[in-house]
Amino acid sequence: MAQLWELSLIMIQITALIIPVLLTVALMTVAERKIIGKMQLRQGPNRVGLNGWLQPIADVLKLIMKEAVLPSSASKGLFIVAPLLSIMPALAAWAVLPVAEGWVIADVNAGLLYVLAMASLGVYGVIVAGWASNSKYALLGAMRAGAQVVSYEIAMGFALVGVLMAAGSLNISAIVEAQAGPIWNWFWLPLLPLFLVYWISGVAETNRLPFDVAEGESEIVAGFHVEYSGIAFAIFFLAEYANMVLISGLAAIMFLGGWYSPVHGLPLIGPALAWVPGVIWFGLKTSFFLFCYIWFRGTFPRYRYDQIMRLGWKVLIPVTVVWLIVESVFVITGFGPWF
Amino acid sequence: MQALREFFNSFLLVELLKGMKLTGRHLFSGRFTIEYPEEKAPQSPRFRGLHALRRYPNGEERCIACKLCEAVCPALAITIESEEREDGTRRTTRYDIDLFKCIYCGFCEESCPVDSIVETRIYEYHFENRGEQIINKEQLLAIGDLYEPQLARDRAMDAPYR
Repeated sequence: MAQLWELSLIMIQITALIIPVLLTVALMTVAERKIIGKMQLRQGPNRVGLNGWLQPIADVLKLIMKEAVLPSSASKGLFIVAPLLSIMPALAAWAVLPVAEGWVIADVNAGLLYVLAMASLGVYGVIVAGWASNSKYALLGAMRAGAQVVSYEIAMGFALVGVLMAAGSLNISAIVEAQAGPIWNWFWLPLLPLFLVYWISGVAETNRLPFDVAEGESEIVAGFHVEYSGIAFAIFFLAEYANMVLISGLAAIMFLGGWYSPVHGLPLIGPALAWVPGVIWFGLKTSFFLFCYIWFRGTFPRYRYDQIMRLGWKVLIPVTVVWLIVESVFVITGFGPWF
Repeated sequence: MQALREFFNSFLLVELLKGMKLTGRHLFSGRFTIEYPEEKAPQSPRFRGLHALRRYPNGEERCIACKLCEAVCPALAITIESEEREDGTRRTTRYDIDLFKCIYCGFCEESCPVDSIVETRIYEYHFENRGEQIINKEQLLAIGDLYEPQLARDRAMDAPYR
């Protein structure tokens, strides 16, 4: 009975976490179209519902009602499993992310490793989808996406190694607590190069512009999900955006002090803003990174494939390695308020 | 030195930040879009839309069947037949414009010695059956009667420049 109670409690926690994440995804799709529209002096969607904000509901209904075509030459089992392989890690990684102090489903000690593992698993959905479609465009797209994600995983991993060196823990809640204090106490300042590397790698990890060669329209139509339609396509779409929210949330936790307010611990103004719940600060920081995703998409043209590989291997990885050395000197000498 | 500066420019993402500054500025610069059915773009008095035939204030049709418009029409969209009336004046018996052929160049209006054939500001019209695109003299005159005040005003506004 006690076990049943615990199980249902966990289910409630999961629901309470996943539903806001999926709502964020829905809002993100329409916000993206509206903001890019504004940047291009257009309007974006403004017909469905409240000035266009109900557009994602209409989109989802349309995709659910459309037929999900199964190509006759596809590997049927894998073709169906691939979208699930894609969405599962993107949602599972949220289990260890503390959205506020103590608001975490699984407060595991190796949380950072778990997150890295889940982020790496996401690429299997892409590769399986590309292979199972039995289409040359899908296969090429999957190969590109796979190579890109694996390369940037290294830079991203190194950047997070810097975080765990600074925090002295793999537990994500402990990482946030190590940043307790106002905005200059957070890790973005001493780890600025790692922060930028993490963020660039994060954009590349999610195959977003300017690193979206995996779906280069001009050469390979839509990349790995070219054969998918209806709800299967919707799940890939959802996974891409859920990954974006995850990477943004991670950036907020690792470098921008998670649930702490920017004036935390300051005299006068700190206690004045203490009533704001931590989840609001976490949401604001995540939204900032999500906005950056859209901003990048509205600004940059797509990188050429070899340029992406060059940036990943020859620029980002050396930068992280150099800064890890600098950081270990900081740690040994006890530099500033951080170490 | 130049190479060093270029290295730092690309390493510190200077160009990318410039691009983001531009799009960031455009984010707040307002929309360019006109929401068409609710909003409409302003029109010039020289706007060239659907055609019309005008009348004199006493109700007499202006067209004297000189056929200059038929001759000047580059798309051969105008067909005119004329006859002498009982009072001895020459008038059209048929004045058809094929709106599918018409390219809305306005040459007919330019060539007309009596300001009879004109192009109005109407641009929202459609046809539902084959053959409706050829509008005849009665229809043209009816359009002219309906929009005469507007047509006269536009011609008066353009007069100083002719």
